[in-house]
Amino acid sequence: MSHNHRFNPYENNGGSALAIAGEDFCVIASDTRQSIDYHVNSRYAPKAYKVSNTAVLATSGFHADGQTLVKRIGQRLEWYKHAHDKEMTCPALAQMLSITLYLKRFFPYYAFCVLGGLDAHGKGAVYSYDSVGSHERHAYRASGSAAELIQPFLDNQVGFKNQANVTRRLLPLDTVLRIAKDAFTSATERNITTGDCLEIFIVTKAGVEVQQYPLKRD
Amino acid sequence: MTPAGKCQPDHVSPLQQTHSTATPTGPQTQMDHFPSHWGKPRQDNVDPYSPMPLYSSLTPQVHPWEEPITRTLNPLVTGSSVIALKYKDGIMMAADNLASYGSLARFRDVERLYPVGEHTVVGASGDMSDFHYIKHVLDSLMIKETYIDDGHVLGTPHIYEYLFRVMYNHRSKFNPLWNSLVVGGVHKKEKYAYVPILLNLKHHNSNVKLRLRISCHLRFLGYINLRGTTYKSSTVATGFGAEVAQPLMRKEVEGKEDTLTEEEAIKIINTCMKVLFYMDARSLNKVSCVEKFRNFLSH
Repeated sequence: MSHNHRFNPYENNGGSALAIAGEDFCVIASDTRQSIDYHVNSRYAPKAYKVSNTAVLATSGFHADGQTLVKRIGQRLEWYKHAHDKEMTCPALAQMLSITLYLKRFFPYYAFCVLGGLDAHGKGAVYSYDSVGSHERHAYRASGSAAELIQPFLDNQVGFKNQANVTRRLLPLDTVLRIAKDAFTSATERNITTGDCLEIFIVTKAGVEVQQYPLKRD
Repeated sequence: MTPAGKCQPDHVSPLQQTHSTATPTGPQTQMDHFPSHWGKPRQDNVDPYSPMPLYSSLTPQVHPWEEPITRTLNPLVTGSSVIALKYKDGIMMAADNLASYGSLARFRDVERLYPVGEHTVVGASGDMSDFHYIKHVLDSLMIKETYIDDGHVLGTPHIYEYLFRVMYNHRSKFNPLWNSLVVGGVHKKEKYAYVPILLNLKHHNSNVKLRLRISCHLRFLGYINLRGTTYKSSTVATGFGAEVAQPLMRKEVEGKEDTLTEEEAIKIINTCMKVLFYMDARSLNKVSCVEKFRNFLSH
């Protein structure tokens, strides 16, 4: 019995996401192109989901796994709300997401998650994950197919790496939005699975605001 | 039935038997008193009446990792592309009537578009036996929803979500339903709008709002594949159609979904099916087309 034509349960639907934390906000941006190999399925298939008033989860990788993961998280959030009569905080959600991913350690969710939101003190928080739940809190993170293109740009512009005579600080919202848009327009140039439309979620204590900007469709 | 050379009185209880050479014990030499064993193949490797274990098995036990895989790993009888687009009044879907057996054009009158309820149609490409199963699943779903009898009917987005879970759960058990499905329809959605009205009363706080119930018809078009990947779009095509017809449809439809007339939509579908017949080696020039549009006369 040959295993050469074994059914592959995964598919890479491409796409990228980034998240940047600010003093009292968090910006999560993701593109909306869904593709299989060299074929574009849809120009608007959102990959970032608002899971609560203080958290947005961006999943890139296999779209069906990302969607199912968000459903499971959503169900757990509802249970939490009814059991504890309060919304789950972003750091608690971050831990729960890690556990949820590890539960499928031997048949993982092929979703590369970035969770952005506000922590218990109202400061911006970004958590990034691998497909089995290894996670860490950061000030900024890029994930998905263009992660290698976007992350170095963020290291320099948001983390002030390799810059001399500059004060390292948390950036204001308008600067972060400009950086996010520039990161995606650049990534769209060189990455085939990134493009079409950019969806930006801005999490503040007032709630979650969504903005959309067009990206190149080639 | 006793083997030759053996002589066993019927009234001897199995537990009283001795291990003598004259009356050998062994598998299947006694009357089987357990009705649940009757009608089943002989299990000579197991002797329930002997305390001595049998090491040699006459019928080797088949382990799951040795027996053949009985799940769909290769599609056998397959349908080619399904194409669909949104136009002003609804959605239009088309597929040819061929189910191929490899390169043989085996079944030439197969209907690959299946209506579900009044307002939804599901089209499938890929393995036709798996589509047959999906049709049964959808039928039994609609029957169950109907005999709940609460006035609710499953709309297109609900069928879509249900099929997404069915396909995803099958792939998660490594037993995929080898299809690419297109789900299209017109979904009636009721919304409430709160309209402020002005009351000409002197001492009244005119913060009164009128609650209006609005019925809107939303066109829905989505795609689900064998791994559970889903997307919604104003043009959808599966298989070869995704390579050949999707660019044609996107050019004609994208941006014009709300102004495209029925005649224009038919023209686009015809062009695409013609091109598919030219280019797809596994296609047929006999096509079915379905329109789902909002009917303003009925609710």
